[in-house]
Amino acid sequence: MRHLLSIADLDKTEAISILDTAHELARVSEGAVKKLPTLRGRTIVNLFAEDSTRTRISFEAAAKRLSADVINFSAKGSSVSKGESLKDTAMTLQAMGADAVVIRHFASGAAQRLADSQWMSGSVVNAGDGTHEHPSQALLDAFTIRKHLGMGGSDLTGLNIAIVGDVLHSRVARSNVLLLSMLGAHVTLVAPPTLIPVGIESWPVKVSYDFDSVIPHVDVIMMLRVQQERMSDLFFPNTREYSRYFGLNADRMGNMKSGAIVMHPGPMNRGLEISAEVADSSRSVITEQVTNGVSVRMAILYVLLAGGALEVGSN
Amino acid sequence: MTTADFLIKNGQLPDGTKADICITDGLITSLGKEFKGAMTTTIDATDCIVLPGLVDLHTHLREPGREDAETVLSGSRAGAKGGYTAVSAMANTSPVADTAGVVEQVYRLGQEAGLLDVFPIGAVTQGLKGETLSEIGAMADSVARVRVFSDDGHCVSDPLVMRRALEYIKKFGGVIAQHAQDPRMTVGSQMNEGEISARLGLKGWPAVAEEAIIARDVLLADHVKSRLHICHLTTAGGVEIIRWAKARGIDVTAEVTPHHLLLTDDLASSYDPVFKVNPPLRTEADVVALREALADGTIDIVATDHAPHPTEAKECEWQEAAFGMLGLETALSIVQKTMVDSGLLSWSQVADRMSITPARIGGYQDHGQSLVVGSNAHLAIINPHQTWRVDRDLVQSKSSNTPYHGYELPGVITHTFYKGKPTVVNGVVTSGGGL
Repeated sequence: MRHLLSIADLDKTEAISILDTAHELARVSEGAVKKLPTLRGRTIVNLFAEDSTRTRISFEAAAKRLSADVINFSAKGSSVSKGESLKDTAMTLQAMGADAVVIRHFASGAAQRLADSQWMSGSVVNAGDGTHEHPSQALLDAFTIRKHLGMGGSDLTGLNIAIVGDVLHSRVARSNVLLLSMLGAHVTLVAPPTLIPVGIESWPVKVSYDFDSVIPHVDVIMMLRVQQERMSDLFFPNTREYSRYFGLNADRMGNMKSGAIVMHPGPMNRGLEISAEVADSSRSVITEQVTNGVSVRMAILYVLLAGGALEVGSN
Repeated sequence: MTTADFLIKNGQLPDGTKADICITDGLITSLGKEFKGAMTTTIDATDCIVLPGLVDLHTHLREPGREDAETVLSGSRAGAKGGYTAVSAMANTSPVADTAGVVEQVYRLGQEAGLLDVFPIGAVTQGLKGETLSEIGAMADSVARVRVFSDDGHCVSDPLVMRRALEYIKKFGGVIAQHAQDPRMTVGSQMNEGEISARLGLKGWPAVAEEAIIARDVLLADHVKSRLHICHLTTAGGVEIIRWAKARGIDVTAEVTPHHLLLTDDLASSYDPVFKVNPPLRTEADVVALREALADGTIDIVATDHAPHPTEAKECEWQEAAFGMLGLETALSIVQKTMVDSGLLSWSQVADRMSITPARIGGYQDHGQSLVVGSNAHLAIINPHQTWRVDRDLVQSKSSNTPYHGYELPGVITHTFYKGKPTVVNGVVTSGGGL
């Protein structure tokens, strides 16, 4: 595996091996010395053409725990916004000797463009491209679900998972649909019809417009961030109405199965798609997702740059 | 004993008969078997089809304003290479072709290039803004004799503006060529809306945004009894509306591009913007409907929508890239591949769809003439039995954004004759300005 651009690049064995590697690396992170020497002397560039502090620091922490040198290239406010092309940026990174580029970009497909081009030779990790995919987020979500509800199995067979909100514009949803269904879970997408993409029929999911009817049957509710500006594009009348039908509040949480968990990729709009009571409740695993994000991203970098998964049980 | 400038020996006419064709002083002077007489040059057309010179109703030549992408001369060379003897230069140049001055300049540049006739298309509205009519009458009366008006690249979306434009051009028998795209339904759109756009996370351009405008405009054309042409039809639904309108006797014609006869939206999966085009590549079902409609005459013509762009406009992220692809040099091969080799069109129908009818729609009387004695010697000679490999680095166009790079295509154009002079000889474009 040279790049991670889409969950579609992975088969089930590879996906599980990343999760297993993350599990092993998490044990390292829990120890007194958090660092592994694996990627010493390797250079990883975080190329962020779109703001995302949490994803950037998560990848940065992951790379540093593997002893890689990290360069943060925030294209916002630097050359991309001054009109430098992705090609020129890539060739600059190549000239600097980047072994891997972690790219966050506002344009769908930007990571694949970088990987398919002859502009640079390093590995490309998609850290979120437009409204396309965010594979590392899906992997950390699957890791978190498996930890809580996997019952010792390696995959997610039999679990029922609802993904709720702005599916149309969500890269998190696209990656999660692919990964969670590949791992055996049954995924239901819940959203107003305006926020479900035309052409969804080929996705391995059920679609519901009625959140309340879905809640009692699922083991995981994954809430998606809803951007306020969607209102002006007529996707829903106003935030109040959105919350009324698709927000996860304490009342709705009361109808969840026992043991069911609440997830959110962050950043949250408290009071819009999720209420404070839910976000801070014992069902919420939202901060744990952040913790797991570092281990999973370590595993991704490990697999791409150290040439294979970490053997389970090794040190 | 007769004399001729050129003798084209043993070629097959569109109707299937074999003939020797003599060209003298720009005209076909004899047509038949085994010409005996003196001639300057003989061309062996054994195994080849001789077509009337192709006529493109939809070409972006980029001059004035974007000479880095194409010039009238480089576009003329690309046209000649593709068998064209006339092209229609779209109005979305900089400055926009919305005055007599600009259309006369483009027309004159075409004459100077001397490889084919360049017929400027005038903008419907000033600056392509869709608000006020441009000086349509002045362009019609200019040396360029403009008859086709289009805001192509933009839709004339205001129904009142469209109605007035359709009415106004009746004065001189013009036609409005509509780029059918509802602007509100396609803000920021990147590709066909459907299964592929949903997966790729690229903003959808729904078929209904094209079909709604076509439906409105055929009704408007009917109401004011004027002539409407629909540019680059791409959807099965659009075909149904045109079919309905023609059955009602509405004066509407429609074009399809070569790329919409072959390519589909799944090509966007590469995120390579060479496949980004407006209107977008559609589904396999649309492609099938377009081919059938071109075969049964619902769609009247093939037009290239040749849209050159400089390298940097395509060497970037999909959503940042320009819309459009090259078309002139590959059009006839794509039509052979999709329509002739599949048995949907005869060569005589190809002559109709790519020469005779586009010339009629555009009012280009010197072009699109059947191959008979006395006709203008605008000819394209194609060997349908040979194939060639498309190489973007070897195109005549100044740009290289062909979606067919690396394709092995049928049909090699060996010669093109414009006004009785060869502009392409054995596949090589002459320098321009005739021999």
